[in-house]
Amino acid sequence: MHIHAYEKLWLALSIVLILALIGTVTYGAVGPGVAMVADSQSTIDPAALDEDERFSEPRVEQVGENEYEAYVVARQFGFQPDPIVVPANSTVTFYVTSADVIHGFEVVGTSANTMVVPGEVSEITVETDEPTEYGIVCNEYCGAGHHVMQGKLHVVSQSQFENRGGDSA
Amino acid sequence: MSTALESERTFVDKFPDEARVVRAAFLSSFFALFLGAVFGIIQTLHRTDVARIIPSTDYYTVLTAHGVFMVISFTIFFLVGLFTWAITRSLDRPLLNIKITWTWYGLMATGMTLTGVSILAGFVDSIDMSADVLYTFYAPLQAHPLFYAGLVVFIVGTWIAGADWFRTFLAWRRDHPDERIPLQTFMVLTTMTMWYIASSAVAASVLLFLLPWSLGFIDQVNPTLTRTLFWFFGHPVVYFWLMPAYMLWYTVLPKIAGGRLFSDPLARVVFVLFVLLSTPVGIHHQYLDPGIAEGFKFISMTNTMFLLLPSLLTAFTVVASVEYGARKNGGTGLLGWLTHLPWRKPEFTGMMLAGLMFAAGGFSGMVNAGMNINYLIHNTLWVPGHFHLTVGTAVALTMMAGTYWLWPQISNKPIYSSQIGLFQVVLWFIGMALMSNAMHAQGLLGVPRRTAEPEYSGFDYPTMFGGFEELNIQIAIGGTLLFVSTILFLGNLVLTMGNPTASGLAETLPTPVSGPEDAPQVLDNLRLWVSIALTLVVLAYALPLAAIINRGGLLGPGVGTYPVWLAPLFDALADAAAPLLGAVTDASAALVEVGR
Repeated sequence: MHIHAYEKLWLALSIVLILALIGTVTYGAVGPGVAMVADSQSTIDPAALDEDERFSEPRVEQVGENEYEAYVVARQFGFQPDPIVVPANSTVTFYVTSADVIHGFEVVGTSANTMVVPGEVSEITVETDEPTEYGIVCNEYCGAGHHVMQGKLHVVSQSQFENRGGDSA
Repeated sequence: MSTALESERTFVDKFPDEARVVRAAFLSSFFALFLGAVFGIIQTLHRTDVARIIPSTDYYTVLTAHGVFMVISFTIFFLVGLFTWAITRSLDRPLLNIKITWTWYGLMATGMTLTGVSILAGFVDSIDMSADVLYTFYAPLQAHPLFYAGLVVFIVGTWIAGADWFRTFLAWRRDHPDERIPLQTFMVLTTMTMWYIASSAVAASVLLFLLPWSLGFIDQVNPTLTRTLFWFFGHPVVYFWLMPAYMLWYTVLPKIAGGRLFSDPLARVVFVLFVLLSTPVGIHHQYLDPGIAEGFKFISMTNTMFLLLPSLLTAFTVVASVEYGARKNGGTGLLGWLTHLPWRKPEFTGMMLAGLMFAAGGFSGMVNAGMNINYLIHNTLWVPGHFHLTVGTAVALTMMAGTYWLWPQISNKPIYSSQIGLFQVVLWFIGMALMSNAMHAQGLLGVPRRTAEPEYSGFDYPTMFGGFEELNIQIAIGGTLLFVSTILFLGNLVLTMGNPTASGLAETLPTPVSGPEDAPQVLDNLRLWVSIALTLVVLAYALPLAAIINRGGLLGPGVGTYPVWLAPLFDALADAAAPLLGAVTDASAALVEVGR
């Protein structure tokens, strides 16, 4: 097959670009350790969340030194708990599930972003830094009230977190 | 009439029956474009809070209508018109049986009418029917059964259309056993091959799950399964939109530029690559889905990146062909040749601007494809910003520009006004530059897509590249310009249809610089490409689908009531995976041999 010399060069550069792009993703996975939302959690009955140990009472729990887990339920049209209160400078793993349809869970302005599918539990781990407040939005269309589905993430100081009162949220 | 007989004959002179089909398909396409544009402007002004003439709860009916009418009706009706023209023209023979042709057109029109009615009924409270499920119709959100039924009828229509073209090709083959497949026919056949593979999954999803579920025969479905089957179809469908544009760029644009296609063989390679790679990538739309293993996402990501190759090759060949034309017409210098091009012709400028925007869309697409960066922009306004460059401009603007060239060929009527045409295509470019750029920027701020009111209470979006409000204004102005551009296009076409017929409008397509004789024979071996494509699809999808069904059952997690007669099938599927790996090794070995 006849291929012009410039075209061969273009083809070679294209393949280099493609390999480089695959390289960046691979680096992101093995270097900084960006893990994808995946199938690490087993499935769950979306109709029986009130019988589930984690999701019957959506809450934030301390599970280790500076390690926390947040169990979050998305349903038409809000998130529980709301606000989600987590301590600053800690590692927080979110477990998010849906009680009804497909939702999204996005902490605005951060890379904490996942689909929320009924029957599945999305697991994402983030590092918090200084105390601040973030908005949480549902970023997948979930019905006529989709645009009111929002929540808050409060990152508070360790002392504030410990004194947040009887309320487990 | 005597002058018409003396001059060269147009497509409609030679094939009046086929030309009527092409015109009917184009008019259906442009009717959908009109509806899509009306819903587009309502949506743009609502979202940006410039003018809210509907309640926000109706926004999603508007959004569903905009999506379905634009990316299903507008694009696909144009495709079937263009492909009917291309097959007939390049084989230089009529379709086998025009009644079959009208049958598939009728099925498509009926199906789309049913689906359209089910969507629009959502505006009328007194009718107990709605389909506010958006173009992706993710379960458990449920539409009226008519929505799904209409889609199936529409898709069956496209299948018969493909069969019509294949049969016509086979008839030609019997008369020309040793000739190379003409390039345009090759493009039609490869594109339809891809379409059969891709649309089978969505048809299965609708027929096995969504339609019975919406009729109440089954209680629930597995949302991850129906979603995955949607994206099995949902990514290749973007190439189904794009291939008509590619056909025009490869075979018509060089002619308008005054030159010839640079390389026929590379055009064939590009279309073969799309057959092979466009389907085993759909999981890249599900990077952030729970319930799908990271490894499957990684495989999909790799395939997606390689799918850049045919588009990068196209960029080279198309620009080279245009440059060839410019230099032939006296253009010189490193960039000076650009001044020797027919920029006053809307068909040329429209396609060139569409190509330019496609390059930009390609770069934002690389970000989407980058699995880990995707966290930042997934389901934000960045994504519609991206696809308004690709399907919304590369495809839509090329189709409009192509119409300026093609309509006289299928009707013997000259375009009413080239000046309006030129103004219209440039206006589209400016409008889209504003709207799409601001959408990308808002996406980076975290502004979600698919929402009636992106201004939330109690928090502000972070500020970069101008604030949320400023970007909203750009989106609103851009969307308004796009609406005006669409109306100008449609108005120009309506006035064209009122023109008296003229003679001397015939245009022929020149042969490529490097012709099909330079292309290895294996490129025309469609059976080989189909088998490799199917193998790749099985490799990319068999295990993920088996895993999804294994996790959640056929009808969703937590029920486990899927019919037992299917259980042996999944065991068989798992058993089949191992020999398939062997098959692909054999196939690639065979390919290497054929290549020698």
